Amino acid sequence: MKHTNHWILRTYSRLALLLGLGTLAAASLAQQAPSVREYSLQNGMTLIVRPDHRAPTALHMLWVRVGSMDEVDGTSGVAHVLEHMLFKGTPTVKAGDFSRRVAALGGRENAFTSKDYTGFYQQIPANRLADVMELEADRFAHNQWSDEDFRKELEVVKEERRLRTEDNPHALLGEALNAVALTASPYRRPIVGWMNDLDAMTPDDARAFYQRWYTPANVALVVAGDVEPDAVYALAQKYYGSIAGHALPARKPRVEPQQAGMRRLDFKAPAEQASVTLAFKIPSLAPAALESSGDSDAASNDALALTVLAAVLSGYDNARLDRALTQSDDHVADSAGAYCGLGARGPEFCMLYGVPAAGKTAAQVEAALRAQLVLVAKEGVAEAELRRVKNQWVASEVYKMDSVFNQGRILGSNWAIGLPIDADEKLIARLRGVTVLQVQAVAASYFGDDALTVATLLPQPLDRARRPRLAPAGMRH
Amino acid sequence: MKPFFPHNTRRLLASLAGLLLASVSQAAIPIEQWSQASGAQLYLVQSPANPMVDVQIDFDAGGRRDPQARPGLANLMASATAYGVKASGGEPALDENGLSDAWADLGASFGGGANADRLSFSLRSLTYADLLEKATALAARQLGEPVFPDAPWLRDRPKLVASLKEANTRPATLAARAYAHAVYGEHPYGFESTEQSLGRISASDMRSQHAQSLKACGAKVSIVGALNRAQADALVAKLLAHLPSGNCVALPAVVEVAPLAAAHEERMAFASAQAHVLVGQPGFKRDSKDFFALTVGNHILGGGGFTARLTEEVREKRGLTYGVSSSFAPGLHAGAFTIGLQTRPDQAQQALALVREVLAQFVADGPTEKELQAAKDNLIGGFALRLDSNRKLLDNVANIAWNGLALDYLETWTAQVQQLTVADIRSAFARTLQPEKMVTVVLGAEEVK
Repeated sequence: MKHTNHWILRTYSRLALLLGLGTLAAASLAQQAPSVREYSLQNGMTLIVRPDHRAPTALHMLWVRVGSMDEVDGTSGVAHVLEHMLFKGTPTVKAGDFSRRVAALGGRENAFTSKDYTGFYQQIPANRLADVMELEADRFAHNQWSDEDFRKELEVVKEERRLRTEDNPHALLGEALNAVALTASPYRRPIVGWMNDLDAMTPDDARAFYQRWYTPANVALVVAGDVEPDAVYALAQKYYGSIAGHALPARKPRVEPQQAGMRRLDFKAPAEQASVTLAFKIPSLAPAALESSGDSDAASNDALALTVLAAVLSGYDNARLDRALTQSDDHVADSAGAYCGLGARGPEFCMLYGVPAAGKTAAQVEAALRAQLVLVAKEGVAEAELRRVKNQWVASEVYKMDSVFNQGRILGSNWAIGLPIDADEKLIARLRGVTVLQVQAVAASYFGDDALTVATLLPQPLDRARRPRLAPAGMRH
Repeated sequence: MKPFFPHNTRRLLASLAGLLLASVSQAAIPIEQWSQASGAQLYLVQSPANPMVDVQIDFDAGGRRDPQARPGLANLMASATAYGVKASGGEPALDENGLSDAWADLGASFGGGANADRLSFSLRSLTYADLLEKATALAARQLGEPVFPDAPWLRDRPKLVASLKEANTRPATLAARAYAHAVYGEHPYGFESTEQSLGRISASDMRSQHAQSLKACGAKVSIVGALNRAQADALVAKLLAHLPSGNCVALPAVVEVAPLAAAHEERMAFASAQAHVLVGQPGFKRDSKDFFALTVGNHILGGGGFTARLTEEVREKRGLTYGVSSSFAPGLHAGAFTIGLQTRPDQAQQALALVREVLAQFVADGPTEKELQAAKDNLIGGFALRLDSNRKLLDNVANIAWNGLALDYLETWTAQVQQLTVADIRSAFARTLQPEKMVTVVLGAEEVK
């Protein structure tokens, strides 16, 4: 267990002292503190190792600090397309062989792309770590494929977009909401890319993106599981240490201008139920805010309090929004929820959303959601509610240790957004410090009209007899 | 602090990864099994590294035993235990909010649900004595003394109807429903909730279903976590304390899934960005002797990630889809074998023809020697990846408990895979699948001129 000063320990210690077991309990918990180690290779690459000796398996995860936010207009989706192309070979490993070799090692593998980062991973028997390191280092440094392979894989990516977005009204609504709520920030574009940008994408677009961003200084390797940190460091030096790097291009800040007035959008899609989403712009947690244990800048403090507010609103079954919107005889919503972003490379939102109950309108749900924010601003929240959400976080810190994959994912994504290596436990400690008054204050400060975008899904009837949508001519091959 | 793999097991698994299989029989992933006076069967794996425990309780009361007019009853009843508990042992009654607050305060969770075979409840808690005791007591009340009040069910039922209608606007739902109906016919595996069937279910149905289905003597309880045998025994005794005791008489048999008499093809017009294609038939029962041959064969055909034959042909070589896969769903009855994919409407016919060709060839010839070796390398080499968290261990232990598998099932697993031959797989597929008599559902394809 990572934390030596949190609620569980205090509660348990009090109890244990009553039973005469105080020191034993404290000692056994302290023993479980996992030792996360961080190293730097000479070429600027970061290595993070998290030993967990419960089973003879390991996770090998390469994180590149580049995502859809690093794209420019006209080639949206290229970070994700390139992620697919990393499976398409090198001068020494032909297309498809990377996956075949990982499978032969007993491994499982995949990759993912977000706004902020791109990641590649293999889960393997721990004694196969060197083999996947060799493979991953090769494709990171020497990815190479034909134009023909690119064109085929681009069709796969378009199918992925059709599956996840085009036939999903809520995904379409979310895409439209980002595009309206944000003006200058690259977060306004979908990760998978606009379909038209995919249609127009060239093999050289992907190659240029690879040349630009896939350099050791832009990478963290996360290894977790049945491994010894210093041995992993030696392997990383052997396989990754000799990869030559180049300077990273300057990242343009592309700061989102302050919003000065409410924005609204209606979105029509085939669906049965309406929905409404309220997106309020909020400050982000600054990485520096976690460097010291004391108080941090005001905006970061507010970001932490907003995360606590969202948890009070809908962080557990039958929390405030459920109770207020979905339970009464004349309930306004079938479902409702809230979420506030805490840390990312780009701008963050608090999102509140709801699905109107039969006979109710999206406007009524919108009003009911905002009324809950006003209520907190006026009357605050109960100490018991605050304690409840904090207890949940503390317990979840134990539960999340059950999954080696999760441990790696948290370490890598924290690195990618610039947070320190022990950010996870520091975050919990900081969230635990948030007071009732802080929650009330942020509820009063951040939920006016001026930084709000409201997106409403207007359901359209299905025309089952309608002929299927025809693909534009340019998409055929 | 003891790792949950005893040292000799870890060494053994390491050598397995190197394909040295000689000492398989020495391995021990220690599953302790015993019964309580109530008749409940317990299966425990001690995993002391993290201060947490997972418990799963399974009953033979899944959807296959739902009344035909009330599909989904078992699942709804299990989740409706969260609507509140009776006053008990000096503790006051709790309504839905009191109950969810109590769970949140404990940092623990408890819930129920049902699939076609099993009615299941799960508890996850920290193992600090004070917390675990409270969580166990609360779980026992929710399991044994739920209220099933009328009001919240009557409030939530229209929400379920609305979300059902919403789901029925999605191409994947519509294709899957048509497919299940065609494959399962009148078998309960094909039962689906409708607006009308939900309208027939009352809170009183849940009360009688609960009284009838949940008996301690029928409970199979799987436990993985930081508890020793005595602690686990005490936990389960407390957990089941409010369930009726008494004998579990044999339940009536449920009919088997009928084989398909002839090929059946359904084409549904739909205006979506992708056509959905489903091909398959009833598969096999979990107790089949062919379990390993069919499971490994399917890994090669379409179950095993980027290297499977279907993925290679449909996605990698031709770029026709993001995802194509095949699966078996063996249960107490012959769950479906299904190949599924999604593709641009004008490519549906090409993709369907290709899938049929790959399937027919695989059923006729089986895998190649090379493919079988690659599958063995992956499955045997990666065996430890099936067991490297409490959550995964729990799935495995519950599988052993539910299906009455041998306690050394996990130790013999790699040997079972290792001994398979191409001929085993070919003959098992030939016995099980009839490509000429399958169900095909194509939704949203562009009409062929």
